[in-house]
Amino acid sequence: MNKRSNWALPYFIFLVLFVVLPLLLIAVYALQDASGHFTLSNIGKFFSDGDSLSTFALSIEVAIENTILCILIGYPAAWILANKDYNKSAVTVVLFILPMWINALMRTLATAELFTMAGIQLGKGTLLFGMCYDYLPFMIYPIYNVLNKMDKSYAEAAQDLGATPGEVFRKVTLPLSMPGVWSGVMMVFMPTVSTFAISEFLTNNKIKLFGTIIQENINNSMWNYGAALSLIMLVIIGITTVLQSNDSEEANVGGII
Amino acid sequence: MKDYIIDIQHLSKSFGSKKVLDDINLYVRRGEFITLLGPSGCGKTTLLRMIAGFLQPDEGSILLDGKDIAGIPPHERPLNTVFQRYALFPHLDVYDNIAFGLKLKKTPEDEIDKRVRKVLKLVAMSDYEDRDVETLSGGQQQRIAIARAIVNQPKVLLLDEPLAALDLKMRKDMQIELKEMHRKLGITFIYVTHDQEEALTLSDTIVVINEGKIQQIGTPTDIYNEPVNAFVADFIGESNILKGKMLRDRRVAFIKHEFDCVDEGFGENVKVDVVVRPEDIYFTTDPAKCQFTAKVNSCVFKGVHYEMFVDTDTGYELMIQDYDPYPVGSEVMLYIDPDDIQVMKKERTENKYLGKVTGEGKVEFLGAEFECNTEGFENGEEVTVKIHFEKVDLLDHEDEAITTGHVEFILYMGDHYHLTIRTESGEKIWVDTNDIWDKNDFVGIKILPKDICLEKVVAANE
Amino acid sequence: MKGKKLLAKLYIGLVLVILYAPIIFIAVFSFTEAKSLGNWTGFSFNLYKNLFNGSMQNSSGLMSAVENTLLIALIASVVATLLGTVAAIGIYNLKGRKKDVMNFLNNIPMINPDIITGVSLFLLFVFLHISQGYTTVVLAHITFCTPYVVLNVMPKLSQLNPNIYEAALDLGATPMQALRKVLVPALRPGMISGFILSFTMSLDDFAVTFFTRGTIGLDTLSTYIYADARKGGLTPELKPLMTILFLLILVVLLVINIRQSKNLNKK
Repeated sequence: MNKRSNWALPYFIFLVLFVVLPLLLIAVYALQDASGHFTLSNIGKFFSDGDSLSTFALSIEVAIENTILCILIGYPAAWILANKDYNKSAVTVVLFILPMWINALMRTLATAELFTMAGIQLGKGTLLFGMCYDYLPFMIYPIYNVLNKMDKSYAEAAQDLGATPGEVFRKVTLPLSMPGVWSGVMMVFMPTVSTFAISEFLTNNKIKLFGTIIQENINNSMWNYGAALSLIMLVIIGITTVLQSNDSEEANVGGII
Repeated sequence: MKDYIIDIQHLSKSFGSKKVLDDINLYVRRGEFITLLGPSGCGKTTLLRMIAGFLQPDEGSILLDGKDIAGIPPHERPLNTVFQRYALFPHLDVYDNIAFGLKLKKTPEDEIDKRVRKVLKLVAMSDYEDRDVETLSGGQQQRIAIARAIVNQPKVLLLDEPLAALDLKMRKDMQIELKEMHRKLGITFIYVTHDQEEALTLSDTIVVINEGKIQQIGTPTDIYNEPVNAFVADFIGESNILKGKMLRDRRVAFIKHEFDCVDEGFGENVKVDVVVRPEDIYFTTDPAKCQFTAKVNSCVFKGVHYEMFVDTDTGYELMIQDYDPYPVGSEVMLYIDPDDIQVMKKERTENKYLGKVTGEGKVEFLGAEFECNTEGFENGEEVTVKIHFEKVDLLDHEDEAITTGHVEFILYMGDHYHLTIRTESGEKIWVDTNDIWDKNDFVGIKILPKDICLEKVVAANE
Repeated sequence: MKGKKLLAKLYIGLVLVILYAPIIFIAVFSFTEAKSLGNWTGFSFNLYKNLFNGSMQNSSGLMSAVENTLLIALIASVVATLLGTVAAIGIYNLKGRKKDVMNFLNNIPMINPDIITGVSLFLLFVFLHISQGYTTVVLAHITFCTPYVVLNVMPKLSQLNPNIYEAALDLGATPMQALRKVLVPALRPGMISGFILSFTMSLDDFAVTFFTRGTIGLDTLSTYIYADARKGGLTPELKPLMTILFLLILVVLLVINIRQSKNLNKK
């Protein structure tokens, strides 16, 4: 029986080779110059380069705005979908995740075309809208999952103790669904910061996000600087992951089907 | 004006086509500990949820202190519930869980503090204020759930199988504590359970419910000693339920012997059901006392007493509980005190349906067409159909069956089984048989033409 | 109550319309011949015809991109499902620190944005002097797919009665037979949803493929579209292709879900 724990070994080796080692390599390359010597200059370059810094700031700004937008639009949708009074059909939920199965680049291009056709100037507004459109399902699904699995007796208990429907939502449903919201935030925030291609398509190359800079540097063989920028993102990911703590485990997007 | 805190009148509720509660009438006295007792699915939880306000009745009304509370949402009702799986808020600690209701009412901080500490002391959970509710054991969560409800000083505390999730030892301890709490608080408790022992231990009044109908309301001793029908007798405690005949006042015949009893007013030569608790059949060595003899069939030690099955000289099987064992195979002399014989009016003596003649020799009832003698009846005429319990044949296959059903309830009557069958049409047919069936068994139903008896519909009939 | 219900329905409807607008847009304009989206030059099936008889410019490019996408997705998700299921059984039987470490490692690829996964694997292949191409792309896809398989199989393991494996052994099954006849059937629903999730994520991936495909000109649908769009003109036949794919997925998902809810109703 004990031997079955050994079954994790191949995957452990795989993870070390294809996850841990590559991430370490990001740090290694970030702290090296082109000739392989240790240096902090790549990191320093980022903090002294106005362009990179402003792109970074803009990316964070767009990501925050996009995340908030996704929560504002997605939470009510998830709530309605999980509410048996309003929605009894699982098919409606599937309809919300279905667009994810269509190539994201293709959808983004079509969105951009739609804007152009409607005479809307491509820029930050369209970027935000397009991003929100791309990531909305990732926000709706985890929130829906948590709300749907939530024991109804919590809401009933609150009601029983004198809470009005509004108070039930504020004091019980909302706090209990926060793990789902955090899960959604994780699936929207960092990907938004790091998108490339999508931001270019949606703004006709007018606005670059952080991901685009990383991609340009790597593609132009500036591996060390590209790695340094990646390392900065990794640090942010680490911080946000720690911040959200470990209470969102039940809200993962695992079982979409 | 009587001192009823809750008065339920003609309450009915259906889920879809299934009637879960049927014309419930019940009052609850102020300060009493009342238990709604019944098997799962009998409608007891539905009744509780309607009192709490989570469900709306289809018909009838619930009066609280004489006022109809139909339109009042749960959060405005001065009642609190202890939920089955506690429903403690996992995002709040013990203190905030208990203070939840008080905070909503904008009670001053120091008042909240005082009251929370007081109830924590009452449930013996002081010093647990800051604990995360998920780190508590089942019994501790149970106490917090009770504390959370009673801190709001409800007029009535509703408890929905609150001990069901606890282990046996814990359950026994909590029963004593609940009883003690009820005494200290002096508020009305409405308690839902399917555990008859729990109900007998805790309650001032027990309401036995089955299939959406109240079977009996009474004190635990009433319910145990004087069950009004076979269901209650069978559900509460162990019992010998037997067919009998009331010969005259204070004289009843069953197991082919005659006994003195204390019941009166049934009339003469009336068919009845008789209940004798297994601990009320006594062994004797005095031939003068002996009312009948039997042979011990089996004897099993049950901890405090021995449980024996005996075959009487007249061929009936009885269960007897006694502190002394009697060897298997031995002949014993037995007697029953008149006080211990509970005579019940028969709920029914035969199956009776409203049917319709559909052709020469054909009658329709139970959603199927049966053959029988229709002489003297016209085609299309509505008739009363009567069939004796023992004339219904149960088959374990569909081939020759006229209609089918499932075994819903089994009662052992000493020398035969009395079964309740739910037919495909949703109606019931009662069957006396010597064959052994299990609950939920699928059965084919067959009735011989000569055993179906038709009568003209009497206008005044019920 | 009625009013609220209507409001809820309207809201859901509105969000759905926004979500589907671009897809419907693509579908509508797949029935005209114009090169760019949004330019209607009359109804025509020509794009569909071109797609199927291969008479478009650069048709081999698009077709091999579709082929690559499907093949990579298939290989990656099959391997990920096998690796992930074995891993899940292993992790489930681990205890304490080791279990925490494995769960933590398993979470990393899911938390990492695509670009980090892509860049880090790119650096790995550079560091190990592995020439990039088909193999590296498949390996990269396995990397980001497997955690989702583990995640889907894990709950099935905890629902499992811990004694059923022993029961099978007790009844005379060899460990291999017990695995095949008892464990795998119990885990199958998790494996299937893990497989489907892997497959679709692999299909949709752009960033990871972009960084790990090397310079040999390997294209998947995503990188093909990206290159196409950068060049300024989308291959018009992409529109009917996307429309067909969408309808296919729609039908499959609806059938699965309707069957599922029917099964539930039966119970």
